[in-house]
Amino acid sequence: MKTLKNLLLVPLAALSATLAFPGHAADTELQLVIKNHQFQPAEIKGPAAQKLRIQVHNQDSTPEEFESHSLKREKIIPGGAKATILVGPLKPGRYEFFGEFNPATAKGTLVIE
Amino acid sequence: MFASALIVFRESLEAALFIGIVAAATRDLAGRTRWIVTGAAEGLLGSLLLAASMEQVSGMAGGGGQDVLNAAFLSMALAMLAWHCIWITTHAREMVQQARNVGSQAHHQGQALWAIAIAVGVCVLREGAETVLFISGIAASAQSGWQVLLAGAGLGLLAGLGMGLLIYLGLTRIKVHYVFAVSNAFLLLLAGSLASQLAKVLTQADLVGVGSEALWDTSGALPEDSPPGMLLHALLGYDASPSALQLGFYLGAIAFIWLASRRVRAGLAPQGRPA
Repeated sequence: MKTLKNLLLVPLAALSATLAFPGHAADTELQLVIKNHQFQPAEIKGPAAQKLRIQVHNQDSTPEEFESHSLKREKIIPGGAKATILVGPLKPGRYEFFGEFNPATAKGTLVIE
Repeated sequence: MFASALIVFRESLEAALFIGIVAAATRDLAGRTRWIVTGAAEGLLGSLLLAASMEQVSGMAGGGGQDVLNAAFLSMALAMLAWHCIWITTHAREMVQQARNVGSQAHHQGQALWAIAIAVGVCVLREGAETVLFISGIAASAQSGWQVLLAGAGLGLLAGLGMGLLIYLGLTRIKVHYVFAVSNAFLLLLAGSLASQLAKVLTQADLVGVGSEALWDTSGALPEDSPPGMLLHALLGYDASPSALQLGFYLGAIAFIWLASRRVRAGLAPQGRPA
């Protein structure tokens, strides 16, 4: 009975994951918050050789631009909005990112290990 | 103050250099000032609208709205610039034949400047929207010293526009004999730069999955966000760590425009030998 339940649940879970994130079901998600023009946490970790989805929630009322030269990403995140930045697969190392509109305070690092 | 000046300088530099080069490349064409000013003004208007609707845009296409819009803008600017570059190579010959077909030249001229006006407008729109968002952010944040930040932004804008004026004056001082070749070479590099940025956006949006690894990294020797790096980025499309896709797009766009221009020129040459 338990096996039967699992047989039903696994495809259901897979299906719901696929529907929620079409084409990115297996991606690792990382959470990042922008508050007072700072990234929290300032350092996030992720696995190598995988696609990563960095979810950024800008909790400030002003817009910010997530930018990284080493990751080659730039995305404007309006005040109060959320954005997803897709990166990877990446090699192990440290990838710096910053908020272009507040570069003095908004600094962060993605550590790939 | 210096930080905000640098940010606005970077945003305005690219558009200002674009306009300066285009203005120099089209300086002997009737009505070009009107076309360029119209394009830039519409770009400014568009950047206000885009900045105001950034939240809606960002939410479109499953959160990839910005990337899709950016890719569309870059493709459009690239297509218009390519069309103009190919067309303008026929212009030199038309000048010689001016006496014979004034009417058809005037007709072509209007079309080509329409294309360049769109390219200018799109460039201003892309850089302008970011600047508008940045400045409105400063003004809204009410953090201490926002007036100073705003003044810095104004200085950055002036400096960016000044660079555009500088390249225009520099290019128009070149002897008439070479100005066409030199400004056209700059236009080609701008097209390459747009193509490279397009490749970057396609990778970012995960629309193209190949060739995303960086080929080399010169960010230690010449960082992209240093003033010389910014200048080279705006002029040549300098990227400290370009991906294979970016390099391919860059070279592909330049090769396409160059070869297409040669073909068009060869087809027009009355002696049958390409110039």
